[in-house]
Amino acid sequence: MDDAIAVSGLVKTFGRTRALDGLDLTVRTGEVHGFLGPNGSGKSTTIRILLGLLRADAGTARLLGGDPWRDAVALHRRLAYVPGDVTLWPNLSGGEVIDLLGRLRGGLNQKRKAELLERFELDPRKKGRAYSKGNRQKVGLVAALASDVELLILDEPTSGLDPLMEETFRACIAEDKRNGRTVLLSSHILAEVEALCDRVTIIRNGRAVESGTLDELRHLHRTSIDVELAATPDGLAELPGVHDVKIDRGHVRFDVDAKALDDTLRYLTKFGVRSLVSQPPTLEELFLRHYEGVRS
Amino acid sequence: MTGTGKLVRLALRRDRLLLPLWIVVLAVLPMTYAASIAELYPTAADRQAYAAGSASDPSYVALLGPLFGSSLGALTAQRSGMLFVIVGLISVLTVIRHTRTEEEAGRRELLGAAVLGRHAGLTAALVVTCGADLVLGLLVTLGLLGQDLPAGGAVAFGLAFAACGWVFAMVGAVAAQLTESAGGARGIGLSVLGIAFVLRLAGDAGDGNVLHWLSPIGWVQHIRAFAGERWWVLGLAAGATAALAAVAYPLSARRDLGAGLLPTRPGPAAAAPTLRTPLALAWRLHRAALLGWAVGLAVLGVVLGGTVDYARTAAEDSKQVSDIMDRLGGAGSFTDSYLAGVMSLVALAASGYAIQAALKMRTEEAALRSEPVLATAVTRTSWTASHAAFAALGPALGLAVAGVAAGLTYGLSVHDVAGQLPRVTGAAMVQLPAVWVLGALAVGLFGLLPRLAPAAWAALAACVLLGQIGAILQLSQWALDVSPFTHIPKVPAAPLAVTPLAWLVAVAAALAVAGFAGFRRRDVPVT
Ligand SMILES: Nc1ncnc2c1ncn2[C@@H]1O[C@H](COP(=O)(O)OP(=O)(O)OP(=O)(O)O)[C@@H](O)[C@H]1O
Ligand SMILES: [Mg+2]
Repeated sequence: MDDAIAVSGLVKTFGRTRALDGLDLTVRTGEVHGFLGPNGSGKSTTIRILLGLLRADAGTARLLGGDPWRDAVALHRRLAYVPGDVTLWPNLSGGEVIDLLGRLRGGLNQKRKAELLERFELDPRKKGRAYSKGNRQKVGLVAALASDVELLILDEPTSGLDPLMEETFRACIAEDKRNGRTVLLSSHILAEVEALCDRVTIIRNGRAVESGTLDELRHLHRTSIDVELAATPDGLAELPGVHDVKIDRGHVRFDVDAKALDDTLRYLTKFGVRSLVSQPPTLEELFLRHYEGVRS
Repeated sequence: MTGTGKLVRLALRRDRLLLPLWIVVLAVLPMTYAASIAELYPTAADRQAYAAGSASDPSYVALLGPLFGSSLGALTAQRSGMLFVIVGLISVLTVIRHTRTEEEAGRRELLGAAVLGRHAGLTAALVVTCGADLVLGLLVTLGLLGQDLPAGGAVAFGLAFAACGWVFAMVGAVAAQLTESAGGARGIGLSVLGIAFVLRLAGDAGDGNVLHWLSPIGWVQHIRAFAGERWWVLGLAAGATAALAAVAYPLSARRDLGAGLLPTRPGPAAAAPTLRTPLALAWRLHRAALLGWAVGLAVLGVVLGGTVDYARTAAEDSKQVSDIMDRLGGAGSFTDSYLAGVMSLVALAASGYAIQAALKMRTEEAALRSEPVLATAVTRTSWTASHAAFAALGPALGLAVAGVAAGLTYGLSVHDVAGQLPRVTGAAMVQLPAVWVLGALAVGLFGLLPRLAPAAWAALAACVLLGQIGAILQLSQWALDVSPFTHIPKVPAAPLAVTPLAWLVAVAAALAVAGFAGFRRRDVPVT
């Protein structure tokens, strides 16, 4: 089966800003794909190109086997989109917006809509101007999740949701995944990504810097080692792939690249290992390392 | 009340163009009425004949208000009757604009974080509006004194303006406390104004009728400026102002910021079966404005239609004007030219609607509301068309309504409805191609140069200037030709020339097509 989304070498400039700078992104059919990156890294721009709202300057983008710009209308029947900041018409009720967007997309599953309204505890009778930020977001979510579509494109969909609703959202996406829907989820919430995503792509300055399953990403990164040795391990800091060594007589702490792990452990055994704790990098560390690069 | 001064300055800054503009326009009009009446009816005998004749005509009294004498001052006061409605309208809108509109937009919340007293916003809005009304009253008095009218009457008449403004400013203040939306508050305020106008009209319709004593507009007219002033009537207005303030302030104290006292009605839990197309959505977004403009244009039609026969009799009563009329080809062609002139004014107003409707697309885009719609199976063209339909058909409806209203009013005044209704309606409809050009310009700008789209308003302003003062400034023909309105045949004074109309339609179509094509190709949203 084709990939649901296949993007390569995508470039988009706004005046002097180069929002996308050769972005590659592949989302396999049936997976939940996390799309992460610091503010202004180009996530929303990518999503708008995939929706045929923006036209790319260079590169190719394929969506559900079609061209997002040329085949926009046909493709939009097969996908649903939730923007990060759902804005509603002040004089339409939430229920009206949900029905309208669903119908414009080609149909809405009324049973699912009723169920989602219940689960998200959303009052559909309020007028647009009367909803709080989180409730506006729920209107967008219900409108998208209640559509029988193959692909969900969600741009920070849970911004403003309280933790309970965030939990409901995760449960809904997990169900959708079991039902075979493909999801592209842009998010800043790592716990959400960790709980839901099969694979993730990390984007920085308009370019993908990492892509793969979370396990793969972890393996690409340093493991922290905390070890008690019988003797002081001279020369450890000089080994290739070993970083941030702190030696307190026999108690040694350091980080080591995944590639160098085997050699490093072999080296340590020469000093008489009494105990050893190894810790894979947490997601936070993994992302912070990428995010920090932008600021520096 | 802390921070009131700061908010007053903020409001004055925001209204630094609008406020002086309406004050000056409204202050100058009574003065020019006095000057033109003095010119048209130079002797006391002329004025008496006019007062006994057309100025006492029931339709004239219904429209403008009662006449209390035949002095120049009394005639001027009656002629200015409609201005009280306008002062009331502006006062209501200004107060709501600086209170409820601000709250609805969330700007008050932003300022509320700075040190502001609970009543600062309301007080600032009232200070600005009532202050402006007072300045207006003063200028009206000075203007009339400049026309050598008696001081007592001039002061009474100036105070009448200020008093009318104050009462309706307070009406606006109360309305702003009631609803959550500025639109709702405006609706309440304008309904009160409309009722006041109708009560005034009904009260003046027959002898012994007292209904106008229920209307603030009735009060200020019955001050009888220049005809034995009844100063105590000002006390009624002062009492009403104080009473309404005594309602508005406690209401403002009782409610939360952003909340209204009237409960907002919940909407339907599900959409009606018809709400399933971009056009159905556009209808929901445009219908309130469309209705408002249609009513406004109908009122304009009634007012202007009512002036046609008055203009003719006034002109016939006056020696100089009737000489000019004879040279123009008689009274018949004078009214026809006047009708054509009136309809070009209506057309400018209708263009305002066309531009507003077209620029709704820009509002939707900038508020990021077009994005989720265009991410569904809606083509860009059908989305644009759903809004452009209102820019195209709305003015047609507006012109038809204004034409029919003017035709009925004028037809009734000359007892020839069957004959005048189609002529006057035709004179209105013939303006449509020029209105379309401006609407299409807005569509074109939206598609091709979205950030510059508001320039369509500048184009309308240019057309107003070219049409109203171009001839006075003796601009060359090519400059006048820039305005589409220059090319509209002066129906019914001139025959219906189809060629220029066809050209205008072609230009409008080209602009619209360019806009549609541009929008299909460009990025959305451009912010
Ligand atoms: N319409 C536009 N005009 C000009 N610049 C834009 C426009 N849209 C986006 N940009 C710029 O492109 C870059 C990428 O923006 P984008 O919105 O795609 O980031 P993002 O990854 O979604 O960020 P966030 O996490 O804050 O939502 C930013 O530098 C932004 O300022
Ligand atoms: Mg974004």
